[in-house]
Amino acid sequence: MSELKFKVLDLLREDSRRSADLLSTLLGVTEQEVKAVIQELEDEKIIVKYSTVVNWSKLDEDKVTALIEVQITPERGRGFDAIAERVYLYPEVKTVFLMSGAYDLLVEIEGRTLKEVALFVSTKLSTIESVISTKTHFILKKYKQDGIIFEEHEGDHRMLISP
Amino acid sequence: MIRQDELNQMKGKRQSMQDYLASSVKEIPPSGIRKFFDLVAGSKDVISLGVGEPDFVTPWHVREACVYSLEQGRTAYTHNAGLPELREGIAEYLYTRFNVKYEPSNQILVTVGGSEAIDLALRALVEPGDEVLIPEPSYISYSPIVSLVGGKAVGIETFARDQFKITAEALKARLTSRTKILILCYPNNPTGGIMTYEDWLPIAKVVEEHDLIVISDEIYAELTYGSRHVSFASIPGMKDRTVLVSGFSKSFAMTGWRMGYACGHPELIGAMLKIHQYTVMCAPVMGQVAAIEALKNGLEEKDHMVEAYNQRRRLVVKGFREIGLDCHEPQGAFYAFPSIQSTGISSDEFAQRLLVEAKVAVVPGHVFGLGGEGFIRCSYATSVPQLSEALERIGNFVNRIKNI
Repeated sequence: MSELKFKVLDLLREDSRRSADLLSTLLGVTEQEVKAVIQELEDEKIIVKYSTVVNWSKLDEDKVTALIEVQITPERGRGFDAIAERVYLYPEVKTVFLMSGAYDLLVEIEGRTLKEVALFVSTKLSTIESVISTKTHFILKKYKQDGIIFEEHEGDHRMLISP
Repeated sequence: MIRQDELNQMKGKRQSMQDYLASSVKEIPPSGIRKFFDLVAGSKDVISLGVGEPDFVTPWHVREACVYSLEQGRTAYTHNAGLPELREGIAEYLYTRFNVKYEPSNQILVTVGGSEAIDLALRALVEPGDEVLIPEPSYISYSPIVSLVGGKAVGIETFARDQFKITAEALKARLTSRTKILILCYPNNPTGGIMTYEDWLPIAKVVEEHDLIVISDEIYAELTYGSRHVSFASIPGMKDRTVLVSGFSKSFAMTGWRMGYACGHPELIGAMLKIHQYTVMCAPVMGQVAAIEALKNGLEEKDHMVEAYNQRRRLVVKGFREIGLDCHEPQGAFYAFPSIQSTGISSDEFAQRLLVEAKVAVVPGHVFGLGGEGFIRCSYATSVPQLSEALERIGNFVNRIKNI
């Protein structure tokens, strides 16, 4: 991948709202070049989505996130993929990773209440035939996500003027 | 009846604390930047482009190395010249990055910031009345230190049309029989100007012909955009005539640690070491430990910072030009030095009014000496959103001035 693509990705990961005009200024290339690179990245599904990292704890919104370790029996011929697909198609499921180690799938679920998440796990996830066991961990507090530290402790300590 | 104070005066007694102060100190004018410290102090919501330091925090692994060493109880004095491991690291770094080779045992001295290194070099070299040449606009400390050690600072004006490079002709024009030292600062604070190998050759010739010693402040050496920094000490024949001064502040975002160093001829470094050992003894051990870690594992993070500065540099230069302020393209450091001559007001008035009316802090160019009037120094070591906002405010401010 070209260096320009990496630089564009870096800048968009920092702030996906940056315009092609700003990116072209920052990178010293034309706006057309930036637009072409972004188009390619989108076409190649390297940029999959432009999303927002939200610190929900700042809102009064009830929101519960759980990480669930899932052990499964892989299917002949399709390995873990078929089960993973059954899991990720549920809208409650935000993330599914195939993991090495003590369990197979790591599933992130978002719900409004503990009860809602627990119900999903007991009625939907655990009942899938190949699922051997689940272990549910509720997230109590998010300190850092996608490289963003939520409680900013490294403010700008510089004086306003210095030599 | 004679009053007591008159009596004291008649007896030659001192009237006030002022009378006790050394004339060398009294004669130094207060820093032009200091005035802005006070102005800015009471202001709120100010975007500062007046900061001469990175907006990045020292990389965590560097801080962590320091914390760990403190936990181990590493709190004692070090060798006067600095930890041998650090001097070895500096030697290797300078050789691999800038092709200058120094012997860690007697050619490198670790100091409390680059500022101490400059002070030591001048104290070791200057006799009363010696003339010290300083290309200007320049960092504000050189000239006062020269005065403090009894020398005479002589400015050499540099110009935007030459990208603020020093030329051999301008240098020759200021030489006298008392000229002994030339202080160089490239990449330059405040202009962002740099010197290439070809630019250095004629300067080196003059230095050789006139037997000058050069103090080369290369604190911004890592911050160049498009071309690699050429150390003056790497020019053939110049190493023994040069005190290379540098440090960790700008390259590794370590300003508050005060870690610097000087490299040069063993006899000169030995003389500087004498002053250093009787004044500060040694640089703080925790800073030295952090500096070792920065050299070992900090170069990659430094590259990321340089890339970020480069992006901001493009944003700021384009921004000033769109506002209608002439701005030469800085090739190093992290300052833009746009001309504000088209506004018809002085740099001091511009900076003060910009602060009050638009809440943006910049440094007026006149504080940097000859050739600085008519310009402002703007540090782009600030986040992209802050820079964009600052440019918008400056644009509106300039429009208002021009329309009046």
